[in-house]
Amino acid sequence: MDLEVLVALPIIIPLLIGALSLTLLNNHSAQRWLGAIGTAILLISAVWLLVHTLEVGIQVLEVGSWPAPFGIVLVADMLGAIMVLLASTLGFITALYSLKTIRKRFERFGYYPLLHLLLAGVNGAFLTGDIFNLYVWFEVLLVASFALLILGGERAQMEGAIKYVTLNLLSSALFLTAIGLTYGLVGTLNMADIAVKLASLEDQKMVTVIGSLFLIAFAIKAAAFPLFFWLPASYHTPQVAVSAIFAGLLTKVGVYALYRVFTLIFTADTGFTHEVLLWMGVFTMLTGVLGAAAQFEIRRILSFHSISQIGYMMLGLALFTPLALIGGIFYIVHHSVVKSSLFLTSGLIYRLGGSFELKKLGGLYRKHPGLAILFFVPALSLAGVPPLSGFFAKFILIKAGVEVGSWWAIGIALLVGLLTLYSMIKIWNEAFWKATPEPNPPVPAPTRNGLIYFSIGVLAVLTVALGVFAQPMYQIADIAAQQLLNPAVYIEAVLGRTSP
Amino acid sequence: MTTLMAILIGTFYAAAIYMMLRRSVVKLVIGLILLSNAANLLIFTVAGINRGIPPLIPEGQLVIDGPAADPLAQAVILTSIVIGFGVLAFAVVLIHRACEVVQTDDMNEMKGTD
Repeated sequence: MDLEVLVALPIIIPLLIGALSLTLLNNHSAQRWLGAIGTAILLISAVWLLVHTLEVGIQVLEVGSWPAPFGIVLVADMLGAIMVLLASTLGFITALYSLKTIRKRFERFGYYPLLHLLLAGVNGAFLTGDIFNLYVWFEVLLVASFALLILGGERAQMEGAIKYVTLNLLSSALFLTAIGLTYGLVGTLNMADIAVKLASLEDQKMVTVIGSLFLIAFAIKAAAFPLFFWLPASYHTPQVAVSAIFAGLLTKVGVYALYRVFTLIFTADTGFTHEVLLWMGVFTMLTGVLGAAAQFEIRRILSFHSISQIGYMMLGLALFTPLALIGGIFYIVHHSVVKSSLFLTSGLIYRLGGSFELKKLGGLYRKHPGLAILFFVPALSLAGVPPLSGFFAKFILIKAGVEVGSWWAIGIALLVGLLTLYSMIKIWNEAFWKATPEPNPPVPAPTRNGLIYFSIGVLAVLTVALGVFAQPMYQIADIAAQQLLNPAVYIEAVLGRTSP
Repeated sequence: MTTLMAILIGTFYAAAIYMMLRRSVVKLVIGLILLSNAANLLIFTVAGINRGIPPLIPEGQLVIDGPAADPLAQAVILTSIVIGFGVLAFAVVLIHRACEVVQTDDMNEMKGTD
């Protein structure tokens, strides 16, 4: 068997399962089975792809056998393979969680087909080697996310969705504009080919202008300062399972696109672009965490923290040293796992405590110690307490910052870590530690939550494992960072020849 | 011709941003329509405006003679028109539902989730 097809599997599997699931729209149990089994198969294919990429190197599939740069290529380098594995893991966990939490009404509106479509779009964005194809995958995942966001049709969802839709479409239009200008300049859409041809252009000023357009477009998707306002307006409104996969994956797609474009294509003027990225990252961290400090609704706090953590990932890209990129990639993995886990926990808090508002919650530690542990571990990991994954992610980034001498950025990163701890302790004190407030919020009838505990537990174990066994993760991130910093490898794998 | 197109496209972008900054959600969607059209026209223009020269290779030759219209740009525009159309259909339904649920079309009244 030709193993190149492995690169296409993470896109094909969710598309097929999604289509199959759509035909069985009225058969709820079949949809659920397909949801769990389909994402499990996806997870297996993603693990296979990562292992294969680790052994053989960058994998390239020329779709329809049209040779690059004329046809569309799918490329799995180390970063792409890591991101696909991450997406598939979160997809599987979310599907498990959804089995118990998504009501039949939402299933009838096509929750599972949309979830599969979202995963296909995300994986497509991670694997494509063609800039216009990247735009198409962005739109695929956006349309799926629009529909998932308004599932339920409540007032808050509508208000949030208008902002989410508008700003994301604005970002897509800017992205398309940037693609158009790039095409006008070099006449190709293959990312590796663009990188080669842009580097040989005489007028590098236009290249920087186009780079800035890409920067703005992707920064909106990644929810970076000062373009993040759609995120806190919308992420706390949908179903909890949807929030979890959005927070874990969608902003990471923007971050991934930044990593891809600003290591492969726009590396000529790093003095400008990466300096802008650095300050964007710093202010993203700061504004996100300060916004969270003002909130008293668990999901809103978590949404603002998503923004804040995006800043760390941008910092990793902005410092642009091997260690910083390793830290950034480590951070992406760590944050996806932890943030999804916290969002899923917030759903369980609602089921057991009856509210998302901190003022109305209390005494959960006494009543549900298992839930308390499941919150406590990822919360501390998010704040960066050793030996959990967050500590190593932050440690690598800060060490990279010290090597470069970016003292301001490091200082703010450390301060933000402290404020993150404050926010997490706030949730802990209010929801778990203090006595149950009077009058008690109406607690729903006890339900069997075994599967929910299990799915959150898997993510909690993952964050501990990423911390305790940080070395293998570090090595994988190291390979990914080496590939990013040496784009010639990527270009050679795609175009089959060395760049000039 | 290219200069004329450039001015037109610039006007499109400006009009789109202006419409999106208005408070009415309907104008917001009109702004989005203009924005996607502006991007499409931009791709059309940067690929070079050539009239009546299809990119066909004459029989017996391996490469094309002289300048020709660029088919890839047209394929890209076609794709983005289709995508833009689908997304706009969603946006129109969304503002319709939102106006029903929130009972207003004023963006200033839709601040409940900020």
